[in-house]
Amino acid sequence: MANQQTNSGNPRVDHEYRRRKSAEEMRYQVVSFSLMIFLTLVAFGAVAMKGSAWFTVPFIILLAVVQVVFQLYYFMHMSHKGHEAPSLFLYSGLLVGLITILTFMTIIWW
Amino acid sequence: MSTYAQKKGFGATVWDFLTTVDHKKIAILYLLAGGLFFLVGGLEAVFIRIQLAVPNNDFVSAGAFNEIITMHGTTMIFLAAMPILFGFMNAVMPLQIGARDVAFPFLNALGFWLFFFGGVFLNLSWFMGGAPDAGWTSYASLAIHSKGHGIDFYVLGLQISGLGTLIGGINFLVTIINMRAPGMTYMRMPLFTWTTFVASALILFAFPPLTVGLVLMMFDRMFGSNFFVVANGGNTVIWEHLFWIFGHPEVYILVLPAFGIFSEIFSTFSRKRLFGYSSMVFATVLIGFLGFMVWAHHMFTTGLGPVANAIFAVATMAIGVPTGIKIFNWLFTMWGGSVKFTAPMHWAFAFIPSFIMGGVTGVMLAAAAADYQYHDTYFVVAHFHYVIVGGVVFSIFAGVQYWWPKIFGTMLNETLGKLTFWLFFIGFHMTFFIQHFLGLWGMPRRVFTYLPGQGFDTANMISSIGALFMSLGVIVLLINVVVTSVKNVKVGDDPWGDGRTLEWAIPSPPPFYNFKQLPLVRGLDAFWIEKMEGKKGMTPAEPLGDIHMPNASFLPFVIAFGLFIAAFGALYNGEHSWAIPVIVIGLLVTFGSMLVRSVKDDHGFHIHKEELMDDNDKGVKA
Repeated sequence: MANQQTNSGNPRVDHEYRRRKSAEEMRYQVVSFSLMIFLTLVAFGAVAMKGSAWFTVPFIILLAVVQVVFQLYYFMHMSHKGHEAPSLFLYSGLLVGLITILTFMTIIWW
Repeated sequence: MSTYAQKKGFGATVWDFLTTVDHKKIAILYLLAGGLFFLVGGLEAVFIRIQLAVPNNDFVSAGAFNEIITMHGTTMIFLAAMPILFGFMNAVMPLQIGARDVAFPFLNALGFWLFFFGGVFLNLSWFMGGAPDAGWTSYASLAIHSKGHGIDFYVLGLQISGLGTLIGGINFLVTIINMRAPGMTYMRMPLFTWTTFVASALILFAFPPLTVGLVLMMFDRMFGSNFFVVANGGNTVIWEHLFWIFGHPEVYILVLPAFGIFSEIFSTFSRKRLFGYSSMVFATVLIGFLGFMVWAHHMFTTGLGPVANAIFAVATMAIGVPTGIKIFNWLFTMWGGSVKFTAPMHWAFAFIPSFIMGGVTGVMLAAAAADYQYHDTYFVVAHFHYVIVGGVVFSIFAGVQYWWPKIFGTMLNETLGKLTFWLFFIGFHMTFFIQHFLGLWGMPRRVFTYLPGQGFDTANMISSIGALFMSLGVIVLLINVVVTSVKNVKVGDDPWGDGRTLEWAIPSPPPFYNFKQLPLVRGLDAFWIEKMEGKKGMTPAEPLGDIHMPNASFLPFVIAFGLFIAAFGALYNGEHSWAIPVIVIGLLVTFGSMLVRSVKDDHGFHIHKEELMDDNDKGVKA
């Protein structure tokens, strides 16, 4: 369903279209890969600067979130069709987890 | 049923069930094991009521009473209600979506055996130096200081059986997402399948917090850590949070499938489409979501502060809305339908007022300020028995009566079924209604006895007599099962005559491959649609072809048994020299058999088209 194979032996597969799609995909992957390396360097830089922890910690966490999104959407193909159920469960799990963390931060460890 | 249905000896049957990966046989195993634990938990309940029947009673000692209430709660929730519902899910859900099995048949068997060995381990505590005695919630401040091995049995037993539940839940999710028959869109799924889906999602998200809590508790008790030990900088309230982040969704894991069972029964015996199907689905999903945002209402008196209490109180009351939607939909399903009062319908009918009473007291308890008055009294006991017994246990009795013909091919006696209903229904209200007042009068829960002359005497006696009626109801059900099995009168595909969903379109019990050809689903209540158009059965969605089936395997049993052995080692860690070797041996058995499973290719087998065609010639069923 989700991961249709191009080498399916189906004579009606438009190879030209598939090739163009794959090239595009490859470009996105390379771009996001270099962005991820760049973001990692920025994160290291932020720590090396020895600024206030109130800036560094949220900043690094933000970068981490961006990287997770890149990872999921460009490398694990969540941007493709047929991933509705996995995304629903990922986001529900995230919601439940974040509510838990929020509660713990506010009423146990405050 | 030609070459496959041979007469088998007793040993062969046992071996068949030990190695089966067939969802219908695993369902029977779940029902058997869950039923057994239900009787054990029921016996414990009877002991509780005998002890409390008269003031100053010494039927059991105070320590034994703590063990009995702990094991009653733990057994009923983890080892009776949930497995029996899992039994129904296994038996019915794949049939309702038109699948030949669950997505991972091997894991399905593994899930059962993990649950089973976890449950057996937990109950062995009775014979090995004392059962857990810190309540089913096992609050760390109490549990850490519990003498003996009771709590260790609780921690390890629940860890193993929880693993099985998690595996089962994931399996159901994958099955429902991936294995629906052609035409079975999400919004055509029967409501029992929908509630199975949402309950499985809740299992997926709710069991990890329990696992974490149990691991922390295990390290505190067995390996000398200090997560919950306040004297060493730990925090005992974290256990309460972790437990209830699991524990509150847990009660929805129980009650949502119950709603599903009743939805099926209401529409079948009102001979009408379920009223407001899409709002039912919406309400189910919403209850699932809200279930994760209310856990702290179990901890209002812990001292979370007024802001936290207010937030959780409001969130809790919000759950009344989707639940109310459901109640009205059930009422409107019956409204204008031609209602048949069969035994399952009796349970469904009685469920509505009973469950509403539990819901109303729930909203009362959700008012945080008022909860300071109700907390830890019999009012709470009455509340949760009204929702769990009035909702879940009623649904289990209803489901047994309703699906028995589909699972076993024989019809339970209707008269005895109704007798069970009346005994249990009267007993239930007699036992628990008066407990609301006991609570308001000031009787605390979890006390092993009380003094005479406080105004509790008569009410407790009434409550205990109610328990007697409930026991009689269960005994009549057992008699019913025996009588039905001995008579062994086989029934056809659709014994109720009003079946709406796909499971009634195939023989009872279904052949091991379920559907010879996958059915084409043309709408909600797929089988009903075909019947209304004068057809005998479903239109096939595919030509007759070879069917791929999984091989039976003994490995799930061995994998679970390995953990069972290892648990004894962990239990006696630091006391006996053989503890560590036993842990190692147990884990070797488990991981060894997992390795065997990984390296040995098992491609299953095919049922060939010709054999299926043979079956066709043996006479067409109506």
